[in-house]
Amino acid sequence: MTMNAVTPMRTGAEAALIAAYGVEKKEFPGGAAVNALRDAAFARFEAKGLPHRRVEEWKYTDLRALMRDARPLAATTDVDGLSLAAELVSRAKGSFKAIPIVIIDGQFIGALSGRLPDGVTVTGLSDALVAGRADISEAVARAEERFNDPLMALNTMFLRDGVIIDVAAGTVVHDDLHIISVVTAAHFVSSRHFVTVGAGASIGILESHVGPADVDYQKNTVLHVVVGEGATLEHGRRQTEGDKALHIASLVADIGPNAHFDTLTVTTGGAVSRNQLFVRFGGENSKATLRGVTMLRHKQHADTTLVMDHAVPNCESREMFKTILDHEAKGVFQGKIIVAPHAQKTDGRMMSQTIMLADGPEMANKPELEIFADDVQCAHGCTVGELDEDLMFYLKSRGVPHKEAEALLVEAFAREAIEDFGEGTIAAIDDLRAALLGSVTDWMLSREG
Amino acid sequence: MSLLTISNLTAKIADEDKQILNGLNLTIEKGQVAAIMGPNGSGKSTLSYVLAGRDDYEVTAGEALLDGVDILPMTPDERAAAGLFLAFQYPMEIPGVGQMTFLKAAINAQRRARGLDEIKTPDFIKLVNGRAKELGIGADMLRRSVNVGFSGGEKKRNEILQMSLLEPKVAILDETDSGLDIDALKIVAEGVNRMRSPERSFVVITHYQRLLDYIKPDVVHVLSKGRIIRSGGPELALELEANGYADVIEKAA
Amino acid sequence: MPAVQETVDTVRAIDVDQYKYGFSTDIEMELAPKGLSEDIVRYISARKSEPEWMTEWRLDAYRRWLTMREPTWARVHYPQIDFQDLYYYAAPKSNPAPKSLDEVDPAILETYKKLGIPLREQEMLAGIEPQNRIAVDAVFDSVSVVTTFKEELRKAGVIFGSISDALHEFPDLVRQYLGTVVPATDNFYATLNAAVFSDGSFVYIPPGVRCPMELSTYFRINEQKTGQFERTLIIADKGSYVSYLEGCTAPKRDENQLHAAVVELVALDDAEIKYSTVQNWYPGDAEGRGGIYNFVTKRGDCRGDRSKISWTQVETGSAITWKYPSCILRGDDSQGEFYSIAVSNGAQQVDSGTKMIHLGKNTRSRVVSKGISAGKSQNTYRGLVSAHRKAKGAKNFTNCDSLLIGENCGAHTVPYIESKTSTAVFEHEATTSKISEDILFYCRQRGLTAEEAVALVVNGFVKDVLQQLPMEFMVEAQKLISISLEGSVG
Repeated sequence: MTMNAVTPMRTGAEAALIAAYGVEKKEFPGGAAVNALRDAAFARFEAKGLPHRRVEEWKYTDLRALMRDARPLAATTDVDGLSLAAELVSRAKGSFKAIPIVIIDGQFIGALSGRLPDGVTVTGLSDALVAGRADISEAVARAEERFNDPLMALNTMFLRDGVIIDVAAGTVVHDDLHIISVVTAAHFVSSRHFVTVGAGASIGILESHVGPADVDYQKNTVLHVVVGEGATLEHGRRQTEGDKALHIASLVADIGPNAHFDTLTVTTGGAVSRNQLFVRFGGENSKATLRGVTMLRHKQHADTTLVMDHAVPNCESREMFKTILDHEAKGVFQGKIIVAPHAQKTDGRMMSQTIMLADGPEMANKPELEIFADDVQCAHGCTVGELDEDLMFYLKSRGVPHKEAEALLVEAFAREAIEDFGEGTIAAIDDLRAALLGSVTDWMLSREG
Repeated sequence: MSLLTISNLTAKIADEDKQILNGLNLTIEKGQVAAIMGPNGSGKSTLSYVLAGRDDYEVTAGEALLDGVDILPMTPDERAAAGLFLAFQYPMEIPGVGQMTFLKAAINAQRRARGLDEIKTPDFIKLVNGRAKELGIGADMLRRSVNVGFSGGEKKRNEILQMSLLEPKVAILDETDSGLDIDALKIVAEGVNRMRSPERSFVVITHYQRLLDYIKPDVVHVLSKGRIIRSGGPELALELEANGYADVIEKAA
Repeated sequence: MPAVQETVDTVRAIDVDQYKYGFSTDIEMELAPKGLSEDIVRYISARKSEPEWMTEWRLDAYRRWLTMREPTWARVHYPQIDFQDLYYYAAPKSNPAPKSLDEVDPAILETYKKLGIPLREQEMLAGIEPQNRIAVDAVFDSVSVVTTFKEELRKAGVIFGSISDALHEFPDLVRQYLGTVVPATDNFYATLNAAVFSDGSFVYIPPGVRCPMELSTYFRINEQKTGQFERTLIIADKGSYVSYLEGCTAPKRDENQLHAAVVELVALDDAEIKYSTVQNWYPGDAEGRGGIYNFVTKRGDCRGDRSKISWTQVETGSAITWKYPSCILRGDDSQGEFYSIAVSNGAQQVDSGTKMIHLGKNTRSRVVSKGISAGKSQNTYRGLVSAHRKAKGAKNFTNCDSLLIGENCGAHTVPYIESKTSTAVFEHEATTSKISEDILFYCRQRGLTAEEAVALVVNGFVKDVLQQLPMEFMVEAQKLISISLEGSVG
């Protein structure tokens, strides 16, 4: 008997998710087309289950081990939940003047969302599914086919609600949108969002993920982004989920010609998290910048996995990811730049850098280049190490106490990824950068011991 | 007697329609030092690249006779073997390729093309050491990879060293003065002046009169919009320095 | 027309196949019956009059192999290999175990002469300083035909000869170390090798001895439909030093031939092993017909403190290369190095790299990999650098650069970098690019032809690695690289 013929034992989580689909599928919105997508995704999940260490893309994040049980699917949020949500939303809003788009336990709450600028329309996914919007089911089907990603399939299986943001062609949006996604109880939360920036339009979108401490909720969210010809999207993301949370996020971005896409994720929350970015250039002369800062402590585990697909010539991508690890935290960075045949004049540069603050953490890096065209300039770099001892000594010799010296150096380390984020499309960019840098400093100063 | 005769030279950037040289006519006499001056974008560097045979440019009309033979159909190495040398404005760094390896490969390639025997290693080393010394190029610079880690001035001196070893019929110096301090400028100019001979011509492309204080030209040509619009003696350079290009271009228009 | 394109086109017209070592030797061979079974394993063991423990070791490996599957993770594609359609043992019939050079079939001596490998000691001695001498173990298909300078080395206490002989002369030494670096169960190909390996070299350098000359093994596959499964074991005892070079060629044949070797290195306290390979197996023709399938497991164990193992490889041959010479840095302060040039042209597929496993304190490793892809070839660097929890102060520096020549080839980089200790410092950098048009133009302006310019730039690109080779082989390797790229760059 060969290895492949062995059906692995289902974990509690897999069994629960399979059972939940059977019970709930009748309640999900949408017609036959969407149901077929869900069923296909279910068949895939039933066959393969959660990804584990023998699945190359999930080698370092073995979900079969890290997600032993599945929480029940999120139901309608109760009164207690709503008041908790209100508190969480207000925390996430912070001092930003952005227009809030509120998602509670995976459901889009139009009533809590702000007034939209001209040229921007926001639709609940559930409504769109009921209305049978073909573009949505097509986008989902395309992503399934192209990526064959187990967690995206799991998301498709529970396709129910989320938000669809359309920016009309030529619209220059001066106010930022802020997608605030909160979870209120120990649920399994699934949500799917779509952002389409029309030709020549530009917009800044912030995204916050928050939830209560000490609650082991699970979130699996997917964001589809289409940046049209000559359009600009700047996307700032903060993941400050509760300390027991499981957070899986996938970003699927299609970049048209002469377009610009810039995304930055700052991760400090969650017990286990994975941030997947699948970005593809579909038109020439475009530029994408993918960045991240991840700060982990205790036994936190966070994985950033990206695929930057240069499918056409003359595009430029920059990937810069910084990881700071304390205690026994575990960081993962997997990044792949693909240059398709004939995608000449591609310029791609990827960097992953890690600082370990204690002796217990682990870091795994897998930066890949997959290149099928000759006239390219591609590079990746990766460093892992401690804080520079000489710099520490220098700072301390100038009277800076140990802890502050560390904070100063870590902030400088993270600054590189945060400071150059965006080219001015996000209105609140200065506030955002300051807040993000501040969060690095706060994180450092809140270290015990 | 003319050494290099350029007639009606018309060229554009290979993948674009933008014409840069527009029917340029220029004659360089044997033994002459000719300065070509002109504002930014007048086509100075293009002229040097087109003569050396760079792929990025397409010649659409005209000819360039070196000793009576049109060099434009030739490959870059054939032009070099025919006696054309270009001192680059931005000399290339070649990682991993030692200076001596490079110099020897270049000398021998040209000797082979001319039907001569390859140079013997001891003769080669003696030759390089002698010329390098004159240009203040130390043994450490000769040990390194070509231009890798060289300062701007070192790179330019290295160009002159190559020129002196390859002994071309005509040398084009493309803004050799850019990025040089006064001491480096003097060394470079002395290197050029040492090589002046009745058999060899120089085309000195420059933006400023300063270089011409050290390499005295026999004639000065002004290039604008891809053509020579005025020619004169060394005094023309001083006039340009005093009045600027706009004045000369206006008068010519 | 860009210079590179021009060069590519010019040479496309030339016959791509520049392989110089493609002749075959016509001599009578004794072959084991075709196919693989316990009987064949016993047959091989019996032919070599091996002790019983060795036969059992092979049989255990064979039984294990039956349960294993071919690895599929590498970026190489080839038709299913029929392991029953191969001969697992081929030895010259005239005298499979010659005692001296005079007993070796003259056709074999002629073969090595044609390959430029002198086997007569007096020929090798002519005009060569003693310190520049090279001892050669010549392996022809399944057997070692001759080992030169054996006696002179023995005076220094160095054991150098075929592993078959060593099994008889030094059974305890072989038994102590065999399979301790690459276990018989390590991977599909290594396990196959453990079952059927025929010959290879054995080296033991006693404590404190600096091996008085370079050692080398020259592998030649000649017979058709024959797999070569050699096994090399090198032990550098405390404070010793050895430099070892391996070369390989095979005749041009339309069929694919299998080569699945295992090399085990053991360096004890303060010992150093420098292992260089110039791999020039027949690569197949431009369309991918024929060529060697090269599935090789090479691993060094820096077992002792302050020991050092350095791998240098120049890979120009084989239709498929699947090879990851690795270092286990077990001893404190031990060092591992991997310097590689992998050139692929035509339809070649290369998946090669290294593993640097840091287990001991203050262990250091360095990886420099230069890949050059031309033609329709695919060239992948795959590597692992890992520091375990106890590997305090581990340091790695990795640099892998790829150069692409022509638009139909691919270059891929797949490094895994895993650290479990904060005190480890890992630096990894990789670049992929084509030869700069600007640099080519600069060279051509100085009179170099397009072909000369490309050759010069390529040599500059691989210089850091070439310099690691023993002097005598540097020039040879440089030429080999140029020849391998003929047909793509001239």
